[in-house]
Amino acid sequence: MHLVSHPDEVKVVSKRFGKGATDLDRYLALDGYKAVQKALGMQPDGIINEVKNSGLRGRGGAGFNTGLKWSFVPKQSAKPKYILCNGDESEPGTCKDRLIFEHDPHAVIEGVVIAGLAVGSHTGYIYIRGEYRYLSNLMQKAIKDAYARGLLGKNIFGSGYDFDVYWHGGAGAYEVGEESALMESLEGKRGIPRIRPPFPAVVGLWGGPTVINNAETLASVPHIILGGAEWYSNLGTPKNGGTRLFCLSGHLNRPGVYELPMGYNLKKMIYEVGGGIPNRKKLKAVVPGGSSTPVLTADEIDAPMDFDSLMKAGSMLGSGGVVVLDETTCIVKFALRTMKFYRHESCGWCIPCREGTDWLEKTLIRLHAGGGLKKDIDNILYLSENMLGRTFCPLGDAAAMPTIAFVKKFRKEFEDHLEARPCAFEAAGSVERLPVMA
Amino acid sequence: MADVNITVDGKKVTAPAGTLLIEACKSVGIEVPSFCYYPNLSLQGACRMCLVKVEKMPKLQTACTTVISEGMIAITNNDEVRQARKSMVELLLGNHPLDCPVCDAGGECELQDMTFSYGAAESKFMEAKNHKDEQQWSPVVYFDRPRCILCYRCVRVCGEAMDVWALGVQNRGVVSVIAPNKEDHLECEECGMCIDICPVGALTSGAYRYKTRPWEMNHVGTICTHCGDGCKTTLGVRRSDSGMQIVRGDNRDKSGINGDFLCIKGRYAFDFADDPQRVTTPLIRRDGQLAPSTWEEAFELIGKRFAEIRDKEGGRAIGVVGSNRTTNEENYLLSKFARVVLKTNSIDHRRTADFPAFAAAMVGKPHAAATMRDVFNAPAILVIGNNPTEQHPLLAWQIRNNVRLHRARLYVINSRPIKLRRQATSFTEIPQGTEGQAAAFLGGDDSAAEALGSGSREMWVGLRDKLRGEGKLIIIFDSAIRGKDISALVKFGSAVSGAKFVCLGDYSNSRGAADMGLYPDFLPGYRPIADASTFKDEWGDMPTAPGLNVSQMAEAAAAGTLKGFYVVGSNPVGGLGLDPFAFSNTFVVVQDMFLTETAQMADVVLPSANAYEKAGTFTNTCGDIQLVKKAGEVSDVKSDFEMIVRIADATGFEVRKLVPFGGRGTSADMGQSRGAQSGEADRHVVWLEAHGLEPKMSPFDPMAILDEIQRLVPGYDVSRMNLLAGNDQHTTTVGTGQGGVQDAKLIAPANDNLFTSGTLGRYSRALNSVIENRNPEPAEEVAAD
Amino acid sequence: MRFSDEFEGRFSEMLSHYPTKRSVLVPTLLYAQDEVGYLSDEVIAELATRLDLTELEVRNVISYYSMLTTKARGKYNVQVCTNISCMLRGAEEIFEHCKKRLGVGPHGTTPDNLFSLEEVECIGACSWAPAVQVNYDFHENLTVDKMDQLFDECKKEGTQLRNL
Ligand SMILES: Cc1cc2nc3c(=O)[nH]c(=O)nc-3n(C[C@H](O)[C@H](O)[C@H](O)COP(=O)(O)O)c2cc1C
Ligand code: SF4
Ligand code: SF4
Ligand code: SF4
Ligand code: SF4
Ligand code: FES
Ligand code: FES
Repeated sequence: MHLVSHPDEVKVVSKRFGKGATDLDRYLALDGYKAVQKALGMQPDGIINEVKNSGLRGRGGAGFNTGLKWSFVPKQSAKPKYILCNGDESEPGTCKDRLIFEHDPHAVIEGVVIAGLAVGSHTGYIYIRGEYRYLSNLMQKAIKDAYARGLLGKNIFGSGYDFDVYWHGGAGAYEVGEESALMESLEGKRGIPRIRPPFPAVVGLWGGPTVINNAETLASVPHIILGGAEWYSNLGTPKNGGTRLFCLSGHLNRPGVYELPMGYNLKKMIYEVGGGIPNRKKLKAVVPGGSSTPVLTADEIDAPMDFDSLMKAGSMLGSGGVVVLDETTCIVKFALRTMKFYRHESCGWCIPCREGTDWLEKTLIRLHAGGGLKKDIDNILYLSENMLGRTFCPLGDAAAMPTIAFVKKFRKEFEDHLEARPCAFEAAGSVERLPVMA
Repeated sequence: MADVNITVDGKKVTAPAGTLLIEACKSVGIEVPSFCYYPNLSLQGACRMCLVKVEKMPKLQTACTTVISEGMIAITNNDEVRQARKSMVELLLGNHPLDCPVCDAGGECELQDMTFSYGAAESKFMEAKNHKDEQQWSPVVYFDRPRCILCYRCVRVCGEAMDVWALGVQNRGVVSVIAPNKEDHLECEECGMCIDICPVGALTSGAYRYKTRPWEMNHVGTICTHCGDGCKTTLGVRRSDSGMQIVRGDNRDKSGINGDFLCIKGRYAFDFADDPQRVTTPLIRRDGQLAPSTWEEAFELIGKRFAEIRDKEGGRAIGVVGSNRTTNEENYLLSKFARVVLKTNSIDHRRTADFPAFAAAMVGKPHAAATMRDVFNAPAILVIGNNPTEQHPLLAWQIRNNVRLHRARLYVINSRPIKLRRQATSFTEIPQGTEGQAAAFLGGDDSAAEALGSGSREMWVGLRDKLRGEGKLIIIFDSAIRGKDISALVKFGSAVSGAKFVCLGDYSNSRGAADMGLYPDFLPGYRPIADASTFKDEWGDMPTAPGLNVSQMAEAAAAGTLKGFYVVGSNPVGGLGLDPFAFSNTFVVVQDMFLTETAQMADVVLPSANAYEKAGTFTNTCGDIQLVKKAGEVSDVKSDFEMIVRIADATGFEVRKLVPFGGRGTSADMGQSRGAQSGEADRHVVWLEAHGLEPKMSPFDPMAILDEIQRLVPGYDVSRMNLLAGNDQHTTTVGTGQGGVQDAKLIAPANDNLFTSGTLGRYSRALNSVIENRNPEPAEEVAAD
Repeated sequence: MRFSDEFEGRFSEMLSHYPTKRSVLVPTLLYAQDEVGYLSDEVIAELATRLDLTELEVRNVISYYSMLTTKARGKYNVQVCTNISCMLRGAEEIFEHCKKRLGVGPHGTTPDNLFSLEEVECIGACSWAPAVQVNYDFHENLTVDKMDQLFDECKKEGTQLRNL
């Protein structure tokens, strides 16, 4: 269920959460599949323009304008075109696609179909990470139901347009969320990214042009088609249209997934929506957009949560995972756990990421355990900076960027760990210490 | 393709559209370091060594995946680029064992070179390195994970280029590892390509591991002594107790017709040379037993007996069998020796293809014989019969990679689903033994289609039409097609514009043996014995009637009319099934490395040097002639060339008439005494002088006879400079020589596979260990799509 | 070899969803693992044959994905997320507790083959941390006590099943 709410929320994508919309009849009753019907009456360019003008930017992390991405797909193509929904959701701190699949699977299907109409594709795949087995079951059922009603398959809604949607499942790999590795995985291979260019919009699945979008991105599309670009755009800030699901986690009184307008103030998000820090502890830092985004210090959080503002603040909006760290958190340990993740998830294809994450993790383990030398801190920076921008895919950057921020912004904490000094934060993160959610 | 102009480090570079930046840089001498990039293999972008600055791009770009575009400005040597390279090397060294002093690759390791050129002296790394024990994957392949830098070259060469797909990548991240196809071991073609291409010492060869260091060896580029394809192999030799020992075969000099390729035989099967069973002293049968003797005693005995037989019974009472693995010079010399010294035309060899019929069919088409290089570039190829993957590994490589890189269309007609069908545009199965009918059908005999199995007449007609429409088709066939079927096939080919042919013979110099006239009815250059004019002028008197072929020799021996039998580097008893008892009353002389079945019945056995221990030339099955160089050396053996000359001498023959030799004056004189060719000075001498070497020839110098071959054998007049420089050149004997039809039954193909090589193969530890390790029938694996 | 009818049904249907056979590989491996318990040599050989792949190719893929295993696991695979959001809310304590209670280390299996323990990366339950997955079931907002209850339930269910 996982539902929370806050008065500041603007429910668009989460509109049907908790309303039984996994059931097709319920979904239809809640305006379901109306957007597809409307889109069937529009010109492909019309759909693309609508989405472009809505200011919808990719919710998977990079924040690319969705309509613009769709417009890169060639009109004519000898090979079939595909829509690929990215539901691999694995960025630490992120648990929003899960809720969409759990409460509103048909919205994703609908978004896939509309994307297909926009670019002239007839096949869509919805890739869901392997751990979400119950959601895969739900999605498979939703697809089956839609086929049974003639909403998918041949001649959808009697329009003469054929569109197939298929479920696909992963088996445990963060890197497979990266769009080109996702395609490899779907083709039955190891999740090694592809050389780009060519980009998927031109050469994607089995060589055909492919649109890859995050599940939340696609689930937002039907609402844009129905509500109009202007309405959606106005919900957010200029260039950052609409709302998005923010996953609040960590040291908060009311963690949860909240749908808030783009540009919502981070400080407010923490203290009002998230209920502030438990036990009247002070805020130390916030990771604003999933583990890959550079940390913000307590002084830096008075910022609007949109792609451009966070970029300006030296971080990124990323996947919408807001992880809150109170003053008792050991930054070195946090950095170490983050690096452990990237070391474990590096696909190993390229030298800087494969070797760099291993080296960084080893150094951080030693440093956190009190075996660090002064030069280690600079070494961590040196290694991270030499990974940055030089890896084969952005995972290397995702490992390097937060590490650089941790060291630069919390250098003193690293220094405090040197020369066998015990970690001052060992008690951090005690289960007993935190209020337990129902 | 249109040209594109770019600027690299301020230099203007023009290259065809589609060129990769790394190649464009190379073309103007700017080296961009790389590990994972390897020409003609798929692009990886994995090692990040080749990062360069490309203007207008915020991040550094990999030169190995960047295609040049008009006006591109690239910088390969600024601080940012240098720092990127340095850090890549540092990162690699973080987990790389520092065991260079004992590593096989030490001294020829690309990581060492990179560290030297771009790396940092101080190590930042103080963590424990990830360790994993070395593994043996097959008799020839060892893997040491910590040394592996995961450049994936091995995986690609094995899959993409070899079409074996025996290597993969397992796990992910820092524990990623190269894995063999059978979990803990390999079942593969054992070609060693993966070892050769490994930039570091992660993959090493069982044959060479820890034996020596690269700089302690001399490296000799010579020609493989096994199949008929003629790969250049570089032999690493080291001084040993008994001469020069070959310790390594590889392909460091990629200038041969084989490019990157070598199969297991060319790479590892040099080890027969130091097999303990090798004969190292002349043996004379005394009291029924072969017993050691001196060389003098042996030569004297042979000379005396051969002269006696010749003088008493006539040359016809002596039979000579030559070899598929001796050099052109030796074969030519043997051919001449038989006819001029022994006065017999009874000379033959194990025939592995119908070259005389091929020559006859090709008369007037000197340019219609394809070279081995042509096979890599032709737009279309037809292979009838044979299994090149097993029997002609280089040819198969050329075909496969032509299909892969140039999209050549391959047509396969075979009685078995041979592996090359995987590259084939069309695969047509025919009943066993009907290759000849297929050729006849293509040549226009429609009735031959009846024999071709289930395929309908229309299908066959369709295939023939399609093939006729293919320009520049290369038609490849083996000994399954003989005599008139060859003429039918050539006739068919003549209707295809620009068609060329390859007739497959089995051993390293089978083609040379045929070209040099190891036949009872042909002189060198497929000149019928009846038409000996030019040879007569040069060689002097010789018998004019055709001699006996091998089986007739055996019959004559059984009948008591063959009194002398001289076998040079061949094993007709073991290989052709001759009855040894037939020779009980014949004086048998065998020159060989081992006591083969034939040597065991000999009266005199002379220990011979193999092709890796002498100089000369080989002609591969396509007619490409190449220089064979001396690499190894074993004391107490002699080259066949020398032994033939010594025997001629021992018969009392004036050796100078057999081999023109002498000091500077003499050879110059010989140049002038060549009548019609007098303008053509001795090119060998000229070449030697031009290169500051002393022109000196002994009667044992095969180069002396090469002159004669080049003069007298049509189509062998290739450039001596190029030959001596180690380049392959195409001979046109097929196309100019007359040839003719012989008894097709005399052809006995070798039927060797990847791991056998006639008698020689039996003495190779490398080949035997692979055979012992294999399951009976290796299941053919399917390629990844 | 044959899998369950459900598996076979899904397998043949999925084959029709893609232009290449091997595209079904990753989800199929997971379903096969669910049936057999792990990816045995036999399963690998079978799927390789069905999908025209080499066994090597199948193993390459298996070894890439962290949920796939070629070794048998316990009936209940306890996967404790210790990633950042969970760590902040006590995941390490949960994990330590699991180790102690089960008496096994990471990737260990209890002698009765009932439980296996794994430390896993973020499982998408960050807002309800700390979280654990037992096989495919999510257990969120955990405490040590809740963890114990969970173990007890599993133990009961597992033993009952075994006694059937
Ligand atoms: C290492 C890595 C992991 C990623 N994981 C995900 C993911 O789990 N889900 C997702 O939607 N996008 C993920 N992305 C982003 C995708 O590559 C891609 O940009 C996105 O799916 C595009 O959809 P959007 O434009 O709708 O955001 C990841 C990127 C990287 C580099
Ligand atoms: S940065 Fe390199 S090693 Fe890391 S996940 Fe991407 S491709 Fe793989
Ligand atoms: S020896 Fe040859 S066939 Fe065997 S793994 Fe290496 S490259 Fe592949
Ligand atoms: S074994 Fe050698 S060739 Fe193969 S990936 Fe490792 S370093 Fe490269
Ligand atoms: S293909 Fe033939 S010539 Fe080449 S290495 Fe192998 S056996 Fe020798
Ligand atoms: S050579 Fe370009 S990335 Fe390896
Ligand atoms: S960090 Fe544990 S579920 Fe996301």
